[in-house]
Amino acid sequence: MKKWIDRIARRIFTLSGFVTSVVILLIIGFLFSEAAGLFRQPIVEEGYVLALNKENDVDRLSAEQIKQLFDEDITNWKELGGKDMPVKVFRLEDLDHLYTEEELGAEYEHAGEKIAEQVRQTPGIIAFVPKVLVEGERDIHLVPDHTIPIKDVLLGTEWYPTATPSPIFGILPLLSGTLWVSFFAILIALPFGLAISIYLAEVAPPAVSKVLKPVIELLNGIPSVVYGFFGLAVIVPLLQQTFNLPVGESGLAGSLVLALMALPTIITVSEDAMRNCPRTMREASLALGATHWQTIYKVVVPYSVSGITSGVVLGIGRAVGETMAVLMVTGNAAVIPTSILEPLRTIPATIAAELGEAPAGGAHYQSLFLLGVILFFITLIINSCVEIVSARNKTKR
Amino acid sequence: MPLQFDSAYNKRKRALQQAMFACFRVLSYSIVLVLFIILGFILVKGVSVINWNFLTQAPTDGMTKGGIWPAIVGTFYLMVGSAVFAFPVGVVSGIYMSEYAPKGKLVAFIRTMTNNLAGIPSIVFGLFGMAFFVNYLDFGDSILAGSLTLGLLALPIVIRTTEEAFRDIPSSYREGSLALGATKTQTIWHVLLPMAMPRVITGLILSLGRVSGETAPILFTCAAYFLPKLPDSIFDQCMALPYHLYVVATSGTDIDAQMPIAYGTAFVLIVIVLLMNLVANAIRKHFEKKLKQK
Repeated sequence: MKKWIDRIARRIFTLSGFVTSVVILLIIGFLFSEAAGLFRQPIVEEGYVLALNKENDVDRLSAEQIKQLFDEDITNWKELGGKDMPVKVFRLEDLDHLYTEEELGAEYEHAGEKIAEQVRQTPGIIAFVPKVLVEGERDIHLVPDHTIPIKDVLLGTEWYPTATPSPIFGILPLLSGTLWVSFFAILIALPFGLAISIYLAEVAPPAVSKVLKPVIELLNGIPSVVYGFFGLAVIVPLLQQTFNLPVGESGLAGSLVLALMALPTIITVSEDAMRNCPRTMREASLALGATHWQTIYKVVVPYSVSGITSGVVLGIGRAVGETMAVLMVTGNAAVIPTSILEPLRTIPATIAAELGEAPAGGAHYQSLFLLGVILFFITLIINSCVEIVSARNKTKR
Repeated sequence: MPLQFDSAYNKRKRALQQAMFACFRVLSYSIVLVLFIILGFILVKGVSVINWNFLTQAPTDGMTKGGIWPAIVGTFYLMVGSAVFAFPVGVVSGIYMSEYAPKGKLVAFIRTMTNNLAGIPSIVFGLFGMAFFVNYLDFGDSILAGSLTLGLLALPIVIRTTEEAFRDIPSSYREGSLALGATKTQTIWHVLLPMAMPRVITGLILSLGRVSGETAPILFTCAAYFLPKLPDSIFDQCMALPYHLYVVATSGTDIDAQMPIAYGTAFVLIVIVLLMNLVANAIRKHFEKKLKQK
């Protein structure tokens, strides 16, 4: 009986030991399968086609070109390598202005013919219409649809996920926004983090570190949404006044909040690393006549530099993945940032802000999962770096 | 010639040391100041909003009046729900890591996986929760889906603290118990678990504190903007404090009228987190004292 229980218990323990691995596999599986769908989506909204006049020989349009055509930024087909004729944009609504209800039919049954008629008449036309209406109409040129190219997504510089007729999913503005904010956050947090961890590990009397440690723990425990709220209520107006900005929500506000949030991680990990510096090394340095400070920056800090790096890298990981606080204070403008004082938008904030409105299974929804995959990989790389560094440390000792 | 302890060089390096240390001290105290500013700001502005009605009523007038009772209840449900899932699995998994897993590559692998899980941003958990629990398992936006997502987030914390708590128990205790004829299960249950308990419980409470403040994982798996009544079952949506704070602070029709409510919500949220921390520390101290007396 006793042995029986023991054996069953062992099974249960072993099974649950792998729970985190299973969860990670599930996360990878689901994120990937949703994200991969994006590259199977047509670039034009599903169920719609772009119709051109037969004379027009432009055959392939990228999402960006389509957006420029419909925004009337491109006004002549010459710019796209076609013939020299002015672009005429045609949308389904335009039918109602051109024809009476009788002409179109009560059920829109003649709409297809009328569209075809328009397309045949106007040489420079580009018509964005439902596929079912124009299917079977002769003498018009439908732009062959192709799937969203990976290159356009990964190297695209524009993020217009809800643009019609053709949404644009260039992730570069979001990626650069994320890296930009995190970089400045670490730049701000690093001197503080180093100074505080040195103070805690080397200088502070035990009574002081007894007070400081819980403070840092608490700073770590404050929910990110509270940081965001604090940033929104205090830091954002403050920045707006000091720098005389049109809006206070900016990359800098995000960096400041993230710096605060990354500090506890940096401090705890680097302090641990410094405390692990062997006593003998310190004593040797002091015995040679070095002051305490000289010992710290010539012996202790170089010795624990890999630990400090781990702390900083983990801090970056925290900053890159942070969602709510950044969402609340950075202003969420999806453009490639040129200045830290401008609004910008990060990957996690984009997911949080847009997933609610993206219909499940659509291209927009899938593009947000792709962002999730990218975020997942960034943090995976960061974690692996830390693992490698700490593994090297263990063999060093 | 006597040794010159107060040569110009020595004086300079001592002055440098004093300057650097003073600088470190100031920076370290400034972090305390920052914490007090954040806490003070929210607590002072929030405390005037707190009254019995605020804590026990539902929001009214489009979030500009009324209280936050449904959000408090929702957060409580989510904490309990995630605990029900994460605690047993996490503790058992932590025990496996410390007591059963063959040392070497396997443990290293599992630990890497656990660390990776801990490093995944909360919004990715939210995405996964939406794809897996809400859509694939068809739980819909519900307390169940939200709790499970939050439970996954808490899992690595629980596993780590449990593993460390068990690992730090000297092997003499295990050997003593085994030598008396106890099986491994009995040893774990009667000897190791009671000893590891304080630290395990501390870890559990801290993970609950983390769960109570998370917003991103429940955005798309559970949280509701506004619900007039409390949820009836685990398949209902619920309101939650962190999401409520986000909503009230960033969107809505009348920001000025909503601000006091935002402060009040932040106040309650902070108090919950502070309480969790205090309780965790108190439990740890209490048990540690008890163990020492033995």
